[in-house]
Amino acid sequence: MEKLCDYFFIYFCPNLMICKNLFIGIAISNKLYIFFFSLLLPSRRVERAMDTLIAQLQRRFCDFTISLYHQGFLDDQFTELKKLQDECSPDFVAEVVTLFFEDCEKLISNMARALDQTGNVDFKLVGSSVHQLKGSSSSVGAKRVKGLCVTLKECCDSQNYEGCVRCLQQVDIEYKTLKAKLQDLFNLEQQIVQAGGRIPQVDI
Amino acid sequence: MAEVLLPRKMEIANDPSKFGSPDPLHVLAVDDSHVDRKFIERLLRVSSCKVTVVDSATRALQYLGLGVEEKSVGFEDLKVNLIMTDYSMPGMTGYELLKKIKESSAFRQVPVVIMSSENILPRIDRCLEEGAEDFLLKPVKLSDVKRLRDSLMKVEDLSFTKSIQKRELETENAYPVHSQLKRAKI
Repeated sequence: MEKLCDYFFIYFCPNLMICKNLFIGIAISNKLYIFFFSLLLPSRRVERAMDTLIAQLQRRFCDFTISLYHQGFLDDQFTELKKLQDECSPDFVAEVVTLFFEDCEKLISNMARALDQTGNVDFKLVGSSVHQLKGSSSSVGAKRVKGLCVTLKECCDSQNYEGCVRCLQQVDIEYKTLKAKLQDLFNLEQQIVQAGGRIPQVDI
Repeated sequence: MAEVLLPRKMEIANDPSKFGSPDPLHVLAVDDSHVDRKFIERLLRVSSCKVTVVDSATRALQYLGLGVEEKSVGFEDLKVNLIMTDYSMPGMTGYELLKKIKESSAFRQVPVVIMSSENILPRIDRCLEEGAEDFLLKPVKLSDVKRLRDSLMKVEDLSFTKSIQKRELETENAYPVHSQLKRAKI
């Protein structure tokens, strides 16, 4: 936020040296600073600056989304989820992926506990947990997580203890990576909306 | 004559249950996965269906009044047009739920769709033999739900149209003079 303020003031500086301190004191939220700019500055300049900002954010959003698909983090099913989101249910995707990450935490913890019982590992329990996780990851389009679940299931079916432990660690890392990336994606969306822009439709 | 008869006709016309449009399809969805429940609920709402979601086959049977103690009281008005259930669930599977529904007199006519993430042909065959309407591979697509809804709406529309025709016939029979007047354009 501070960087954006500086950007605006460097651009408009000649006219607003006095106003700068006043502005910094007042600007508490993104929305407030946009409001004050529209009061202090000629509206055309504001519009152009905001359009540039929105365009930049939208470009970043598109590039980031495409990279998530190309790097195999997401697949078509995620696109299906987005189709189900609209004005009536604007946070649908975020809500579903939140449930998915809760599932990941719970199921991975169950499997880790089962695998901890060295010499007495309940492979059936591990198998049913990974089956559930595979199902959830498939439903949200978490491609890499799903792939790892398939491998984990194979290790479990052949009662390959080392394989299971290794695979489970990878699943854990993978879901956390995806969680961070999706958080970044949602943050970008929020920034676009707050800047007054529209979230672009991305064709994969 | 016309004044005496008109109010009665308007009463019928203003009663939405007699001459309104068909109710939205009511779907009962059964899945033990929280993610899948949220997903299927949204799919169905987007397809203009009324949705009830439960997390187990046991709860589905309770909802339908087919629980351990069979209660037939209060369930005559329960209208469920479609049941969609996951196959693999802890406790009672979707297949066992399908069998119980087909055994019940109240709900055996209700189409049941099985959903599964595993494409196992013997499983699919078994479900279809037991009377499942369809078998969908997960993740279910919007197009699958729309296809189901359209084919069920045709059945509903047909029965709805028939009930309209029946009522019109009853009205004609009750007020033969009115219909004569109608024809005479008074």
